[in-house]
Amino acid sequence: MDFELMITSFPKLLGATVVTLKLLSASLFFGLFLGLFFAILRLNKNIFINKFAYGYSYIFRGTPLLVQIFIIYFGLGQIEYLRTTFLWVILKEPYWCAIIAFTLNTGAYTSEILRSAFQTIKPGIIEAGKSLGISNKIIFYKIQIPIAIRQSLPAYGNEIILMMKGTSLASTVTLMDLTGVAKYIISTTFKPIEVFIVAGGIYLFMTFIIHNVIKYLEKKYSFQQ
Amino acid sequence: MNIFKKTILTVLASLFIIGNVSAEKIKIGTEGAYPPWNSKDASGNLIGFEVELAKELCAIMKYECTIVEQDWDGMIPALVMRKFDAIMAGMSITAERQKTITFSQGYADEVASLAVMKGSSLEGMDTPEGINLSLGGSDVKKALKTLTGALAGKTVCTQTGTIHQNFLESGDVGSVNVRTYKTQDEVNLDLTSGRCDVALAAAVAFTDYADKSGKPVVLVGPTFSGGAFGNGVGVGIRQASDSAIGKRDAKILKDFNKAINKARKQGIISKLAIKHFGFDASM
Repeated sequence: MDFELMITSFPKLLGATVVTLKLLSASLFFGLFLGLFFAILRLNKNIFINKFAYGYSYIFRGTPLLVQIFIIYFGLGQIEYLRTTFLWVILKEPYWCAIIAFTLNTGAYTSEILRSAFQTIKPGIIEAGKSLGISNKIIFYKIQIPIAIRQSLPAYGNEIILMMKGTSLASTVTLMDLTGVAKYIISTTFKPIEVFIVAGGIYLFMTFIIHNVIKYLEKKYSFQQ
Repeated sequence: MNIFKKTILTVLASLFIIGNVSAEKIKIGTEGAYPPWNSKDASGNLIGFEVELAKELCAIMKYECTIVEQDWDGMIPALVMRKFDAIMAGMSITAERQKTITFSQGYADEVASLAVMKGSSLEGMDTPEGINLSLGGSDVKKALKTLTGALAGKTVCTQTGTIHQNFLESGDVGSVNVRTYKTQDEVNLDLTSGRCDVALAAAVAFTDYADKSGKPVVLVGPTFSGGAFGNGVGVGIRQASDSAIGKRDAKILKDFNKAINKARKQGIISKLAIKHFGFDASM
């Protein structure tokens, strides 16, 4: 064990964690809206809208995240026509390709989490609102959405942790995130065990923080029995 | 339990004895993704210059060799962890790598070059045909200065953990925007897509790609050797030690050196180099 290498690589890895956190927060932010949008589409009675939303979540939950990143980064990059459009400004950058892939992926999972949360809301609660003369729109925004968010907290916490670990795939499209920098250090020191232990420790610490924040939120917004 | 232990010991002992009597069995690690040095055919078999050379060298040494595949970024760690006994993967002999492993004498020269897509502004750079960084001198200095100016603000792509990355980060061509990839295939893809303005690798890696894909990839600037580019490509082997396994490693190194001498004299290396590279890269 080369403890000196572990100590000297720690600050470098910590610096790279900023990139990981940026990727994570950006994709979770966009993914939450995308997920909510598709969850609402899933609840729509129109069969085409419903199937479209289902198809989206089916495709992105049914294929590996690595494949999705490769298709968006290397795949789209091979289409000559695309390179002449304004889209190339975004797709040229590995950073945005990673965020697009992560957003589409987490959006699919989030839509499923929120959909099931909406469906578990007891009809009685909505009926109670209606009997008080509250409009459907207000019932949706003030009753259904808050309950659904509370219901989905444990599952969504899981999704955040999965996504945090998923960001390590950004290193496959040349980004210098936590895993990318760890690989870079290994490529010059040839000592994978030491470097990966430190990187793994940082990932574990982030999981610890996310886990506890979600636990706190669950407690804070728990239903009074 | 006792009988069980005894049986295991006997089996192990017999394996050891048999191993000593019959030919030495070794595994050779290669990347299988750096044509024409080493690559895979459509059905997944390892092919290329080094795969054929390994077979020739093993025949000379009377070793039983198995060639195994290993990702480039884990090549040296895998050797150190004894996943295989030797590396033949277009790996140049550099001082940095020699801190961790040892090398046989070089068997081939890797000539590095920059490449761009046809029509790039970097085409027609005014530099000598080749520069040797170890020699230095005013020509080399002038060429590096030209390159520094040409590469400023450009995205230069290369494979992770290679001599090419070391060179780009050495400061010899100023501070360039380096982007690193896991494999040379990915470098080629992003060079053609335009994400990379210019790429650096073995010249043959680009010409081979241009031939096979039909994409207008062209070499620019000088070819590089010496300095960060190391002293030719050799067989990577674990550093010897006093233990029994360490002595075996020392023997493997000695045998490879002898075999390379013999293969060179018989013209085997030249023949294979011409077959795969189109010119005699043997050394």
